[in-house]
Amino acid sequence: MNQHSIAVDVDKVVKRYGSVTALHGVSMDIREGEFFTLLGPSGCGKTTLLRCIAGFEDVSEGSIRLHGEDIAPLPPHKRPVNTVFQQYALFPHMTVLENVAFGLLRRGWSAMDANGRAREVLALVQLSDFARRSPGQLSGGQQQRVALARALAPGPQVLLLDEPLSALDLKLRQAVRVELKQIQRETGIAFVFVTHDQEEALTMSDRIAVMSAGHVQQIGTPREIYEAPVNRFVADFIGETNLLEVEVGSVSDGMADIALPGGARLTCPAADGAQRGTGHLSIRPERITPAPAGAGSLQATVEDHVYLGTDIQLHMRLSDGEAMVVRMQNAAAAGIPERGTVLGLEVEAGAARLLAD
Amino acid sequence: MAGAAPQGASRSEIYRGNGGRLMLPVWVFIGIFLVLPVLLMAIYSVLTKEFRGGVIWDFTLAAYDQFFLNRGLFGDEPPTVEWTYIGIFWRSIWQAGLATVFCLLIGFPTAWFIATRDPRSRSVWLFLITIPYWVNLLIRTVSMKFLIRDTGPLNEFLLWTGVISEPLSLINTNFAVQLGLFYSYLPFMVLPIYAAVERYDFSLSEAAADLYADSWTTLRLIILPVVKPGIVAGCILVFVPSLGAFLAPDLLGGAKTFMIGSLIEEQFKGAAGNWPFGAAAAMILLSIVMGVLLIHARAQTRGDG
Repeated sequence: MNQHSIAVDVDKVVKRYGSVTALHGVSMDIREGEFFTLLGPSGCGKTTLLRCIAGFEDVSEGSIRLHGEDIAPLPPHKRPVNTVFQQYALFPHMTVLENVAFGLLRRGWSAMDANGRAREVLALVQLSDFARRSPGQLSGGQQQRVALARALAPGPQVLLLDEPLSALDLKLRQAVRVELKQIQRETGIAFVFVTHDQEEALTMSDRIAVMSAGHVQQIGTPREIYEAPVNRFVADFIGETNLLEVEVGSVSDGMADIALPGGARLTCPAADGAQRGTGHLSIRPERITPAPAGAGSLQATVEDHVYLGTDIQLHMRLSDGEAMVVRMQNAAAAGIPERGTVLGLEVEAGAARLLAD
Repeated sequence: MAGAAPQGASRSEIYRGNGGRLMLPVWVFIGIFLVLPVLLMAIYSVLTKEFRGGVIWDFTLAAYDQFFLNRGLFGDEPPTVEWTYIGIFWRSIWQAGLATVFCLLIGFPTAWFIATRDPRSRSVWLFLITIPYWVNLLIRTVSMKFLIRDTGPLNEFLLWTGVISEPLSLINTNFAVQLGLFYSYLPFMVLPIYAAVERYDFSLSEAAADLYADSWTTLRLIILPVVKPGIVAGCILVFVPSLGAFLAPDLLGGAKTFMIGSLIEEQFKGAAGNWPFGAAAAMILLSIVMGVLLIHARAQTRGDG
C-alpha cells in the first residue's frame, strides 16, 4: 500500500475569500518523514494552504487528508498537527516549561508526565536551563526554539512551520537552518515549511513546491527545481538565470532543437509542454564558459563586472540587445575581462533548458 | 581623564540629576489635591462635632465610637457592637460587588465585540457607548426612575404585552439600585477591557487551538489571563465609585437600600449634620478601598515573580 507513506494529501484545494481566490485547485502529496517546503513570493497562497492544513481556514473546495483521513470536519484543536507560528505566539503569562507542556496537558497527560516530556523536548532544542523563564526574557532565537519545542512536544503527525526563521537575523537564521534540519531527521516527523526565501528552501528541503498566484508551479527536489525548472516563473524565482527568447525548431522526446540569437543552433533538454515557435531558454550564469571572440555559440560584449570574491559576475550584452549575466570562477590564472571586450560564450547542451513558459 | 563635553550630552544625560526638580509640579498637585484633603478628613474625624455642621477643635474618638459601638440612648450602658453602620457598609460592599459582577458579565462581551470589529467601526461603537455619558449623571438617574416606576414606560409596555397583569414595583428596591449602578458605571468596565482586548494577539488563540485547547479552555487559560490587567482595572473603576455612590441609592432605592455614600452625604449636607462622624465613615471607607487595592497589588507582584 503506497497510501501508507503519504502524510498529507492535498487534493484540488480551492480557497476563496469573497471574490478573491487565494488557492486555485492546489494538489500535492507530502510524504511521511520528509522536509517539504512551500516556496513562493508573498501572496502566493503558501501560508493560506498551511492554515488550511492546520484548520484555521476552511477549504472552499477539494479535500485535505491526513494519513488517508479527511480532516475537513475536524476543528483545529482536534487535528493531530502542530504549528510553529511566524511570530511564535508564545503564551506570555506562562513559563517556557508551561508553554511546552500546554499541548500535552490538553491531551490529558498528567502534570508529572507532561513536565517530564516537556523537559525532554527542551533538551532537544538545548533550552533546558531556561525552563523557568518567561518568554519575554528570552532572545528571538531562544523564543523560536521554544515555539518549536512547544509544537513538537505533543508528537504531531505533521509539523507545520510558518516562516519561522523570518524574524531572526541572518547569522542566526543560517545556524537555525542546520539545527532545524537535524531535529527533523531525529524526530522523523514530516515538516511542512513555508518560506519566501529560496536559499532556505534549497538548503533544507527534501522536496519543494513552488507556488505563485494560488497555483502550484512545480514540485520537486531542490536539484530538480533548480536544474530543471518547468517554466519562466520557477527558473526566475529560484536562483539567478538568463532567459533568452529563442526560435524553437522542433521538440521531441524531451529534447528541443533551437536557434540561438546570432544564428547558432543548440540541442538541449525541454520541459514538458514546451512547443515549437518562440520560446524561452533558461541558462544559469555559472553554466556558461567565456571563450575567445568567435568561439562558442553566442557572442557578447562585456558591459560591466561585479567582483564577488569567489566569483566574478560579468554583465554582458548580446548583439541583438539582450542582457546576459555570466559567472566565472575567480581562478588565479584568469584575468578579469575589460569593459567593451567581445567574448564568445560556450553553452553546454545540458546547461540550457527550454521552458514551457 | 577627559571631561565630558556638554554639547555632546544626550537628552537623558541632560535630565539626569534633575529628576527631583522636574517632578515638582506632580508633587505639588498630589499634595494639594490628594494628601491635604485626606489629611483634613482624618483630622475632622477625631474632632468634636458642632450642632448642625462644623467642628470644635477638641480631640475625641467619639465619631469612631459611635460608628462601631452602641452605648444605649443616653450613652451610659455597657458598650455592645453597633450593627447599624456596619450593616450599611456591608450592604454597600455587597451592592457594589454585585454591580461590578454585572458590569463585568455584560462589559466583557461588549468590549470583546467592539475590539474585534474592523478598526473603522470600532470608533463608532465606542462613540455609541459613551454618548449617554455626555448627559449629567443626576439627570440620567432621574430618567431611570421615570422609566421603571409603577406607571412608567417599562411597566406600561409589559402590561400591554400581557407578560404581567399587575405593575411590577421596581422602584425603591435593590434591583433598582443595581440597575442604576450598572447603568452609571458600565463604560468604566468596557473601556479598559476594550483597550486590553484590542492589544490581544489573536495568534495566541490560534496557538492554543493548535495545541488541542477548545474555545472554553482557550478563554480560561489564555485570553482571560492575558487581558486580566484590563479586567482588574475595569473592576476597580466600577467597584470603587459604586461603593461610595449616593445618587442611585438616593433616587432609585428606598430606606432599605441606604448605602455608605448616602450616609456620608447626610452627615455633611443633610439633617444629621455631624461632620466628624461623616469624616470617620469616609476614613473607614477609604481604609476598605485601600485594603482591596493593596491585596490586588500584592497578588499582582506575586504573580509576576
